[in-house]
Amino acid sequence: MSSKTKKENNDYIKRRNNVHEMMSKTSNKKIYINKLVTILCVFCIIIAIIPLGSILFEVFKNGSSAISFEFLTQKPGSIGSGKGGIGPAIQGTLIVVSLASIIAVPIGVFAGIYLSEYAKSNNKFAFAVRFFADVLTGLPSIIVGIVSYIIIVISIGSFSVIAGAFSLSLIMIPIVTRITEESLKMVPDSLREAAHSLGAPKWKITIFIVLKTATSGVITGIVLSIARIAGETAPLIMTILGTSLYFSSLTGPVDALPLRIWRLASLPYESAHAHGWGAAMILILLILGLNIGLRVLTRRQNIATSKDT
Amino acid sequence: MKKHNDNQSLIPLTKLSKFDPIFKFILIGAAAYTLLMLALILFAVGEGSKEIFQNEGFNFLTNTDWNAVPGRESFGALPYIIGTLVSSGIAMAIGVPISLGIAIFLSEIASTKLKTSLSYIIELLAAVPSIVYGFWALFVFRFWIVDFVEKPLHNLFGDSLPFFAKTPFGLDVFTAGIVLAIMIIPIISSIIRELLSVVPNSQREAAYSLGATRWETIKIAVLPYAKSGILGASIIGLGRAIGETMLVTLIIGNATGLNAIPTSLFSQSQTLSSLIANEFNEAASELHLSALIGLGAVLLLLTMVINVVARLLVYKMVKTSNPGGRI
Repeated sequence: MSSKTKKENNDYIKRRNNVHEMMSKTSNKKIYINKLVTILCVFCIIIAIIPLGSILFEVFKNGSSAISFEFLTQKPGSIGSGKGGIGPAIQGTLIVVSLASIIAVPIGVFAGIYLSEYAKSNNKFAFAVRFFADVLTGLPSIIVGIVSYIIIVISIGSFSVIAGAFSLSLIMIPIVTRITEESLKMVPDSLREAAHSLGAPKWKITIFIVLKTATSGVITGIVLSIARIAGETAPLIMTILGTSLYFSSLTGPVDALPLRIWRLASLPYESAHAHGWGAAMILILLILGLNIGLRVLTRRQNIATSKDT
Repeated sequence: MKKHNDNQSLIPLTKLSKFDPIFKFILIGAAAYTLLMLALILFAVGEGSKEIFQNEGFNFLTNTDWNAVPGRESFGALPYIIGTLVSSGIAMAIGVPISLGIAIFLSEIASTKLKTSLSYIIELLAAVPSIVYGFWALFVFRFWIVDFVEKPLHNLFGDSLPFFAKTPFGLDVFTAGIVLAIMIIPIISSIIRELLSVVPNSQREAAYSLGATRWETIKIAVLPYAKSGILGASIIGLGRAIGETMLVTLIIGNATGLNAIPTSLFSQSQTLSSLIANEFNEAASELHLSALIGLGAVLLLLTMVINVVARLLVYKMVKTSNPGGRI
């Protein structure tokens, strides 16, 4: 009898040890796998950051030697001479991007207001607008170029600033629409209700209460979309064409920075590539400047508002 | 009935301004412009590519020759469809796992402080224009790839595997795919990160309470929940890779006709969009131009289908995860 209990006891201890061993093994394994996954994820982050570091490093290293007053203001010299600059390209980018924004900002903001403030949640029209705005943001920009070519360039009869601005506005409108909608939806309903109870008409509430409260979000969206279209190249090939002359008229061709970089990259001369790096540096400065400047401004505003409250 | 009366009593208040209906009309007009844009795009591309489809019929999609010499014109889109699918396939194979890793790290592992600064850096990566990616890839990155990846692979497997057969030169589908991956990683990872933050914490808490480690929690509770959204995000990235033009134009080697069908990872190729960008301004005839727009029509169809499917998947996930929510 006692031997039997002893045996049972031994069995129990054996089994207990087995279980302990198994548990410690599995938990060790679990912990290792957990660590491995964390390391893999960090590795992914590093892989993504290396190109950014390399791009910035190369662009600033090779670009800064190309930059001079002449480079920023002169027309391009004869091909392969290494003389002249990218003045028309800088001017053209500023003109085309501003015109595109003048078209796209009001339409995008109004459409965003409609989706957030006026459309009921089960409205099919609003669903279609929202859905296709999302789909349009994913369309290749070269398609937008083809469309502008067929609709505007062929009917005017020449490559033109207007066609370029129209094509960029097609890219910009859906982005501005969706970001405006999202930022207006963040405004608490209590603000709208308070204004309603004071008897304000809806358009006043929408513009002076809701839109005003969401201003920083809407402006963020606008600036980000400007940064996006400033770097677009493909639609410009078939709309503004690119030229080595300064802006002459809205219905004539003009140059742009991304287009100039592309043309320079296809040339077989070292001097052209040096100019390409310079132009890339100006473009990067423009775009990252918009991004970082915006970040600094909104952060300052956030700090200011949090101090107020 | 009572509710109706309440509404009636509100009418004087809402009628205070005559501008209200005008304002609403303007807003609806702006919203309708989005749909008008879509109609314009479909109309213009259809109109522009009519001639080539009348001339070649649906053989345009299966032919492989590309001859723009006036009088002997013959156009086929098949090589560029293949080139597009292969280069974006490579981009997806590299880009999606890395994006998933980044999103998991940012949403589940990193501390709040690290998270904000890292997501900001990734956002900057998304802001770099594709022409700058292309320029950098052409003059810097191409040589890294040739020296550190392509040559070793070619020397090791060049004789045995047809994938690595051609002498690597850097201007090929493989390099194009890798640079496309670098370009779509920030786009995919930021969408996935946002989707993971929508997964309710109760999911994670339940898994932790069963004794799961962090990775097990992610694996059993977070990722399955976000499955359709992750798929959607990847497809959005695929749409970007397929439509990307400038970077591909600079580094894919720009072959035409039969040569554009990649036989190995290191062969030159051409995508739909890069061929349009290369030849649009030098189109020799109306038919040539129409053939290029025909390529655009194929591209439009491809990306429309991809984006519609992707958005439906993302919508589905966001809708089921916060019912009644306003996202």
